[in-house]
Amino acid sequence: MSTSIGQPVERVDGSRKVTGAARYAAEIPLPGLVYAVLIGSRIPSGRITYIDTSQAERAVGVLAVLTHLNLGPVAEQQPPLMPSLGGGPAPGQTFFPMRDDVIHYPGQHIAVVVADTLERAQHAASLVDVTYAETPSITTIDQGRTQVYDAERIFGGMMPGRVTRGDVEAGLGQADVLVTATYRCAPNHQNPIETSATTAMWDGDLLTLWDGTQGPNATQLTVAAQLGVPLDQVRVIAQFVGGSFGSKAMIWDHPALAALAARHVGRPVRLMLDREQMFYSVGHREEQEQYLALGARSDGRLTAIRHHKLSPTSHFDDWAGISLACSATLYACANYESVYRLIRANTITPSFMRAPGEVEGMFALETAMDELAYELGMDPIELRLVNHADVDPESGNPWSSKGLKECYARGAELFGWAGRDPRPKARREGNLLIGSGMASAFYPVAPVFTPQRARARLYADGRAVVQASFSEFGTGVTTAMTQVAADGLGIVAGAVRLECGDTALPNTVAAVGSAGTAAFSAGVHAAVTALRGELVERAIADVKSPLHGVDPADVDVLDGCMMVRGRPEIGETYGELMRRNHLTDVEMVGSWSPPPPGGGYASATFGAQFAEVAVDQDLGSIRVRRMTGVFAPGRILNRRAAHSQLMGGMLWGIGHALLEATHMDAVQGRWANASLGDYLVPVNADAPDVQIDTVEVEDTVVNPLGVKGVGEIGLVGAGAAIANAVFHATGRRFHQIPITIDDLV
Amino acid sequence: MRPFSYSRAEDVGGAIATVTADRATDYLAGGTTKVDMLRIGTEWSQRLVDIADLPLTQIDDLPGGGLRLGAVARMSDVAMAAAVRERFPMISQALLLGASAQLRNMATMGGNLMQRVRCGYFRDTRSPCNKRDPGSGCAAIPGINRGHAVLGTSEHCVATHPSDLAVALVALDAVVHVQGRGGARAIPIDDFFLLPGDTPQLEHPLEHGELITAIEVPAAPVARRSTYLKVRDRESYEFALASAAVALRVEDGVVADVRIALGGVATKPWRARRAERMLLGAQADRESFERAAREELAAAVAQSMNGYKIELAQRTMVRALEETR
Repeated sequence: MSTSIGQPVERVDGSRKVTGAARYAAEIPLPGLVYAVLIGSRIPSGRITYIDTSQAERAVGVLAVLTHLNLGPVAEQQPPLMPSLGGGPAPGQTFFPMRDDVIHYPGQHIAVVVADTLERAQHAASLVDVTYAETPSITTIDQGRTQVYDAERIFGGMMPGRVTRGDVEAGLGQADVLVTATYRCAPNHQNPIETSATTAMWDGDLLTLWDGTQGPNATQLTVAAQLGVPLDQVRVIAQFVGGSFGSKAMIWDHPALAALAARHVGRPVRLMLDREQMFYSVGHREEQEQYLALGARSDGRLTAIRHHKLSPTSHFDDWAGISLACSATLYACANYESVYRLIRANTITPSFMRAPGEVEGMFALETAMDELAYELGMDPIELRLVNHADVDPESGNPWSSKGLKECYARGAELFGWAGRDPRPKARREGNLLIGSGMASAFYPVAPVFTPQRARARLYADGRAVVQASFSEFGTGVTTAMTQVAADGLGIVAGAVRLECGDTALPNTVAAVGSAGTAAFSAGVHAAVTALRGELVERAIADVKSPLHGVDPADVDVLDGCMMVRGRPEIGETYGELMRRNHLTDVEMVGSWSPPPPGGGYASATFGAQFAEVAVDQDLGSIRVRRMTGVFAPGRILNRRAAHSQLMGGMLWGIGHALLEATHMDAVQGRWANASLGDYLVPVNADAPDVQIDTVEVEDTVVNPLGVKGVGEIGLVGAGAAIANAVFHATGRRFHQIPITIDDLV
Repeated sequence: MRPFSYSRAEDVGGAIATVTADRATDYLAGGTTKVDMLRIGTEWSQRLVDIADLPLTQIDDLPGGGLRLGAVARMSDVAMAAAVRERFPMISQALLLGASAQLRNMATMGGNLMQRVRCGYFRDTRSPCNKRDPGSGCAAIPGINRGHAVLGTSEHCVATHPSDLAVALVALDAVVHVQGRGGARAIPIDDFFLLPGDTPQLEHPLEHGELITAIEVPAAPVARRSTYLKVRDRESYEFALASAAVALRVEDGVVADVRIALGGVATKPWRARRAERMLLGAQADRESFERAAREELAAAVAQSMNGYKIELAQRTMVRALEETR
């Protein structure tokens, strides 16, 4: 029975956020709190030959300056990089700084200054005088072209560097039409409003961290491993997180450094990255080139897909965002090859950024599909329908749910695609050229490996508390879980209070890869289902209950009242049962163990994106006039939150296609625009009319509630739809993003 | 952030005396640039004298139709003033296309003229920068210079002047009134902004302690028909890649009077005098506009990433002329 799930319930944490009552990691008031400031390396490569901390140490209010010469003990064997979805320690890279004098990448943390106020710590940090011996660096693809290597495995070893099926050469040979191009994507940085922060406090051997993280347990596991501290002695609290977009998906070194600083000074320490440090310290979407070749018959059927990616990675890890998996699975094609090529560069290990990997890969694939449609003289939707993958082309398995054809159809109808004149440069309004474009959207359903738990407690007054460790980082997950709990217990959402963001609560995995809501809903559902079952069993077993002896399968619960299905007059409330039995509360822990990956099905989320742009042909400015996105994300837990997530993703597509680029100054080896004033994202004035709809698909495989997630899919394909619209408007095909005024003038 | 002290000035004379007396004391107006600079460490003052309370907020009529804009009048107030909108629409437009609503509510007229360049190497405290640290070199020339200037540059500095307002004021031959310990003087606005040359650290001809008290905009009937066109990467809250302030009077198809200044492409707000000379008496058509724009940009010098600005500036100027015509 579902009454709350799917409803556009307002955010349960909304009033606390807008009134400022919600406390974030850098807002925790603690007696004796002091402030730590990180210093990052000014050079991209070399050694520290001398680090003079004397002036800083003498500055007013300074308690300590930590460097590689006096950092406290960390574990000899540092944990290897592993995506936090794996459920284990999840450092952003296999490297912990400040253990020697070697500089591997710009911004690498080389010192921590602790003082009694933030301003004094910042000032003292400016007084630390570092002398370097700089060595030549590689910070861009262009600098590293001579030392490219094929990656054996990427992504923490989880993905092979090369995937083939069929015979791609033969497939290209069979093609009537070939489309080949090299696509370039600028580096991007996530930049949530809340910069990453940790407040660390020791009580004897017990460490408490208030951390801005997508996974409180990931922080706990990682910091314990980095410092060599037993897990039971580390507690992480992360009730509210001010956005992340992947920057807080992995655990970087600042939580452990905050803990070390706190231990050193014997006081609680607050460490908050500044905005510039957000460009150096928490990973990013890497610069990349993709080579893509599509071969097709004259009827549009794909004969071959060859998709290669070249990107810089760090000295420590073979990392690349998974950009090539989309072309392996989105379209039916017998012959396929993907290869990740890497350059060992002076960079922090790249990391997750919203729709990680997929959004860049889909920019290339969906631009190429548009080109192919023009080459063939086919409608872009028709070309995609011709190549629709009825089963997963990789495994041959059926999809657990799909809905892509319905997304195309509904999107085309909402957008008004029918009757579009496909000729480029055909529509003008004064100085403006108007064009429209579309693209598919695709995001895998990421597998979860670890059990997802929650605890549910019902009080005799009819109110419930549900607890799990996950953090609320702005997605609305707390609200959605409140709804899941209410429906599972058969009470109203207003009677449920959700407690989360604390490793003292039952374990959950990090909320990453659009998997968080789905995974947590399974744990919460298990807990409340167990609790409801326990209460019903107690009633049935109680001779004084009107439900005594009834088959539990015949019991419904509505608004806290257990009753025989179809005979609501036979029943009693949870409260009546509990008070009669002297129970102040009843509590159960629920656990959901994910099925082993594979299992005979393939799972992904699909959608269709449409965009209309106006391009000023003289001045080169591109403005997106309207967007339509239709998605099939499975069960929607909260329509309001889902709509916001999808819209946010689509608007991000404007940034991805037209604005976002971090510029590496290869001379200095540092980002040249590491501020929100210089790293451009869309503003409200750039946001057009956005139309969003969903196609209902029932998925009985992915998890108990059939949730596939809406966190990433809204962004995937949006940029390609815009780029394709730019081609339609201007007749000019761009193979790089962002597409900016200087490209058009 | 280094510690500093703060006081609020109560009268103009006292403020000038306080600041003039000490090299490390500076004025604070709206604070929308200054506070940023203090936070990122690009500038440092031992003491800030807040001039927001000074009686310099008036917008006064001048005989003949000119206006006198008080130095601490807010951008938003000036932008919405009826006299400004009627007589000098390009000033109002330039103001409204600058910054954000929040910043415009704080930022002042005088502060706008004094804002510092947006060059990332200037704002970063440790990159070579001849403007911040004379003789240290220019990191922008071999670096990321997509947003930098193509006009008025030198081998020592290519930073773009960031103001929109100043572009309109330069087109209108405004006069900057300043007051110092030695008395008051009036500086024609074109002389108020210095080219970088060999001394990019010098941006204005002001003595330490001289305070801008007002900006005088002389009567210019031609400006009743004027436009400020700004081209930028996003729709709002972003500096110009190219902009043009244009006032135009056409009689019998011929340009009878014209004012043009360019922004976003030069090291100072750029009065397009060559283009104006060429246009006066010429046919007011696209061909003349394009020829004039070409002439104005003939001396432009591109860096590695900003060559597009030479073309973009011409197209922006032409479009602004066409829209004003």
